[in-house]
Amino acid sequence: MTSDQPVGDRFRQFRDRVDGGGQPSGGPGGEGAVSRRRGGRRGGEELRVPEAEFVSYYGRPIIKPPVWKWDIAAYLFTGGLAAGSSLLAAGGQLTGRPALRRAGRVTALAAIGASTAFLIRDLGRPERFHHMLRVAKPTSPMSMGTWILAAFGPAAGVAAVAEAAPLLPAGGLLGLGGRVLPPIGRVAGLAAAATAPALATYTGVLLADTAVPSWHEAYPELPVVVAGSALASGAGVGLIAAPAEQAGPARRMALAGAALEVGAASRMESRLGLLAEPYRTGRPGTLLRAGRVLTAAGTVGALAGRRSRVLSVVSGAALLAGSLATRFGVFHAGLASARDPKYTVVPQRERLGRRPKTTAVAAD
Amino acid sequence: MTPDPNSLYGPLDPAPEAGWSQAPPRMGFFTDTSVCIGCKACEVACKEWNDVPTSGLDLLGMSYDNTGALTANSWRHVAFVEQPRPAGHRTPPFAGNPTDGSVSPASAAVAAGTGNPTGTDPGVPPGDPDAAARMAAGPEFLGMPGSQPPGRTGTADGRSDFRWLMMSDVCKHCTHAACLDVCPTGALFRTEFGTVVVQEDICNGCGYCIPACPYGVIDQRKGDGRAWKCTLCYDRIGAGKTPACAQACPTESIQYGPLEELRERAAARVATLHERGVPEARLYGHDPDDGVGGDGAFFLLLDEPEVYGLPPDPVVTTRDLPKMWKRAGLAALAMAAAAVAAFVGGSS
Ligand code: SF4
Ligand code: SF4
Repeated sequence: MTSDQPVGDRFRQFRDRVDGGGQPSGGPGGEGAVSRRRGGRRGGEELRVPEAEFVSYYGRPIIKPPVWKWDIAAYLFTGGLAAGSSLLAAGGQLTGRPALRRAGRVTALAAIGASTAFLIRDLGRPERFHHMLRVAKPTSPMSMGTWILAAFGPAAGVAAVAEAAPLLPAGGLLGLGGRVLPPIGRVAGLAAAATAPALATYTGVLLADTAVPSWHEAYPELPVVVAGSALASGAGVGLIAAPAEQAGPARRMALAGAALEVGAASRMESRLGLLAEPYRTGRPGTLLRAGRVLTAAGTVGALAGRRSRVLSVVSGAALLAGSLATRFGVFHAGLASARDPKYTVVPQRERLGRRPKTTAVAAD
Repeated sequence: MTPDPNSLYGPLDPAPEAGWSQAPPRMGFFTDTSVCIGCKACEVACKEWNDVPTSGLDLLGMSYDNTGALTANSWRHVAFVEQPRPAGHRTPPFAGNPTDGSVSPASAAVAAGTGNPTGTDPGVPPGDPDAAARMAAGPEFLGMPGSQPPGRTGTADGRSDFRWLMMSDVCKHCTHAACLDVCPTGALFRTEFGTVVVQEDICNGCGYCIPACPYGVIDQRKGDGRAWKCTLCYDRIGAGKTPACAQACPTESIQYGPLEELRERAAARVATLHERGVPEARLYGHDPDDGVGGDGAFFLLLDEPEVYGLPPDPVVTTRDLPKMWKRAGLAALAMAAAAVAAFVGGSS
């Protein structure tokens, strides 16, 4: 496995890097002289909390960052999209807005299908995905999520299939199908919508129930952020698919979703202190800022573009893109906070410092 | 059986809680780092017995550590710290010998980026160069010893005091094990000895346990896809034998036994060390009131935990899970209400 590399090779490379130029030059000045090589990448406003002094094991991370690939970030988006659009579909169904119903149901099925594919793809042993169904564990958000998905998926599927009823011929067995499908679809659509809020919000718990500092400490807000983002993306589907006279609820849903998402996210960032840094800096910071701009623009466009079909479609696309960017931003912020030992050590040290009686013995 | 009020947090005897009736006493490790000589016999014995794949032999460049971290392919990891600080009022190591001025913070900073082809994911991720440089910075620059043996080029005047800290790290077999709590397949389970073990025929490599562990222990094996970690030699202890690492340890730095007994022994050892003028000796993970309900594998350390790569105040993430579900429930209600309002709230 590692035998293709001769013993000592890595160390020789290391020595060359130490000797070679362009490396952080410590010099006799000590720590201060070591160049802060990440300084340049911190774009945007300078929100740097003063560099925290902390001890570590040669700067190595303490916890392991998640091994989840981009497909889990994508799943966060598609799962929310499925939830948002099935709510939209149920609303359309109950208030006689067929365009919203149709678009919502079809999107929900496509999104939940994609979610399932992403989730299975990310497993180390995809062929064992059904092992998830061995147990139902309330202490495991992933187990709960699997069961929520198992309830939502078939309901969303049946509701979407029922949309095919008008395409069936009038007579024969298929005709019978054409007559029984719509009522079944109505029940299934409502069942999917009833599960949808759980489907959207559990992902907040999924991320928070880890040792990843910027996710765990954000547990009060993360479910609200993902719920808002899910509503906004569902509204985006409605804005793209429905004619102006049916799109009213989608506009209001966009506003509600954006308000929830942006409100919770800004509360989270102002509360987290040092642990907000990963949400503000680097790539996740850029993604989250982009998400906020897109969501805000999409909402404004949705409200302003009542009469313009083009503006509605553009706004819907902006809402979808905003939700996508937010999910990837939150995902990558967590990875960043796990990779830097600072985010593990400093808050824990502060916590110890606040504890009334300390049993720790001074080091020296 | 009603669940223990401490089932998610607080002191608890884990095996009966997991449903074992007539469980044997809880077994564990006490790793006394004050006698560790860094020979890595534990790492090797573990690999031999448990058939753990190789994980790279090269040094990482920051110290005599060639393992880097606990991974799916290293179930014991001997952390090795070279500290540029006086070793208290005891006889300094290498007294009378000039030591070579070794490498600067710059080299430690470079070493932080050294990877280790462990064959696992995330394995040994690169560290933060600034933090690594701080580790090596001191009154004198000591880091990785240079290419010369100590004293070859140094003078007695340039000699500096430093100490070596060695510590054989391992899965803590937490009382409240986050990895086990979050595992969606039930692959991770609590044994009758109170230890935490992955069933390799069940694990589907979902990876949830990996970021859940507050100590960064469990890891995924590449190619294989499953999560692996120390089993506290479940097969050996079931047969009344000592785990391979403890069996191989030549200094009895790794001690295996009933946890109660180990805790007493550890308390006595700390008292002895304090008496002998080692005030920095302290226990880590021994306290049933800590954030994970106490570790089944705990340690005697000679410095702050984070120096060894341990979290100073780990808390099992599922402590907050009831609150998280509550927040999710509220968010779900808000979401449903928003959807209803969007449809009834206007006419257009
Ligand atoms: S949470 Fe980490 S340290 Fe605790 S039992 Fe699980 S893998 Fe071991
Ligand atoms: S990777 Fe395996 S052991 Fe870890 S949580 Fe998933 S199924 Fe359980």
